[in-house]
Amino acid sequence: MLLIRCPYCEEERPELEFRHAGEAHIARPENIADISDEEFAQYFFYRDNPKGMAFERWRHMHGCGRFFNAVRHTVTDKFVMTYKAGEPKPVLEEPQEGQSAP
Amino acid sequence: MAEGQVTRELPLDGRFAGGASVSVRPAGAARRVSLRVPAESVAAVSNSLGVELPTRPGASAQAGARAVLWLGPDEWLVIEEGERYPMADLEGAGVLFAAVDVSHRNTAILVTGPAAADVLNAGCPRDLSLETFPVSACSRTVLGKIEIVLWRMADDAFRVECWRSFSDYAFDFLKDATRGQ
Repeated sequence: MLLIRCPYCEEERPELEFRHAGEAHIARPENIADISDEEFAQYFFYRDNPKGMAFERWRHMHGCGRFFNAVRHTVTDKFVMTYKAGEPKPVLEEPQEGQSAP
Repeated sequence: MAEGQVTRELPLDGRFAGGASVSVRPAGAARRVSLRVPAESVAAVSNSLGVELPTRPGASAQAGARAVLWLGPDEWLVIEEGERYPMADLEGAGVLFAAVDVSHRNTAILVTGPAAADVLNAGCPRDLSLETFPVSACSRTVLGKIEIVLWRMADDAFRVECWRSFSDYAFDFLKDATRGQ
């Protein structure tokens, strides 16, 4: 079983307590009524689906209940780091594209 | 008009499971409050309750028959096993917070004995060693297919708070886990 560090509980907790909640750092356009259908579709439906480091929202559903963000490698399923919601997107040192599994 | 005393029936009344190294039995009736308190109101609410709300993740605090369990950064569960009403105590706090009486939503199971942690680990994925889950630690977690609030009351004594409608499942699960203990 994976252990995921919850930044609010400040400890590693079993994956059964968590739920995946989609891609992180997607900002809702402030002029949502004015944008075109294509722009809305880009915001609403299109996601990155990278092979490598993915920035995701997770929710500690059966724990503290909080949403937080995590960086996960989509090939190895390794959680690189987690951080509280609202904190800036971290800059990773390793290259993100075409990265081979560690 | 019929006269008589009204006695509260709990969903697990009279049930027991266990053996030489563990016992699983329902806890008595309790009053419970689900509390959501912003940081600036914590001091005033603690004052009204008579228990300091713990702000360290996974910590609990007790005063007399009343316990307050940290569940999230602004969320606590109050369990009162005495005669006082926590909702009444909270009335005069005079600050912003939310309190919901959940006395009858939850019921509790006490798991005690040297094998208590092993029995819980049959369905709870938490590391229940004393290093990571010490006495007085508490948290919401899972047991089998349901969500519970687990509270370690002593080295070998745990309180499992579960929703009333799931209590049959929780008790049967723990009962199965005690086989051979």
